[in-house]
Amino acid sequence: MDGWAALADPTRRTIFELVVTRPRAVVEIAEVLPVSRPAVSQHLKLLKTAGLVVDRAEGTRRIYQANPDGLRELRVQLERFWTDALVNFKQLVEQPEEDT
Amino acid sequence: MTTQAQDTSVRTEIVVNVRAERAFRLFTERFDRIKPREHNMLGVDIAESVFEPRTGGRVYDRGVDGSECQWGRVLAYEPPTRIVFTWEISPIWQLEPDPAKRSEVEVRFVEDAPERTRVELEHRHLDRHGDGWDGLRAGVAADEGWPLYLQRFAAALDDAA
Repeated sequence: MDGWAALADPTRRTIFELVVTRPRAVVEIAEVLPVSRPAVSQHLKLLKTAGLVVDRAEGTRRIYQANPDGLRELRVQLERFWTDALVNFKQLVEQPEEDT
Repeated sequence: MTTQAQDTSVRTEIVVNVRAERAFRLFTERFDRIKPREHNMLGVDIAESVFEPRTGGRVYDRGVDGSECQWGRVLAYEPPTRIVFTWEISPIWQLEPDPAKRSEVEVRFVEDAPERTRVELEHRHLDRHGDGWDGLRAGVAADEGWPLYLQRFAAALDDAA
């Protein structure tokens, strides 16, 4: 799942907004949202897979924060954008001449 | 079709079974059919995406209400082998007003057999956008930093929906 799809879910977007304002532990997020701790963990796992957040261990807790490596995320987005564009192009260009 | 990413560029290519002249012509004339629609920087639906076929030409989206959003300029127009245009869109899919933070896209049309053209696309100098990310990173502590970025991100998402 990419960053855009990951943020389509309102709960995930709220969680992401919370961790970008400052790094937070799962329990801190669960305290301010009507969502269980395991559910928060699930959402964070997805955000991490999408490259939007990174985590680190701090004692027994896991702290999540926004992923500062934006360039990598940008490359992923553009790769998909241009790949889609060239696939569209191939479909268009290989149609019979009279259609184009 | 292969896709390859390097640190500061994205490269992708595709082979089409037509001559370079036709590939070049359709890429520029029918750009509207090629550009994916999911990222829209206009407040309204896109009616058409236009690639003006000359050096110095504009690359822009036109909305259904007639409004326009120019997000690129043609740097090289060399039929039937090559085009280069600027990419004036920030990493959060907003127009980039700072000329220093623009990347560029080169498309090469290489006819390597009769009726067979390899189309190579390179989107390079992505590190120029990186300045923007550094700025955003520096702004994390400030109230207007990440929240502002998020607002724009959310707005772009809504536009894309």
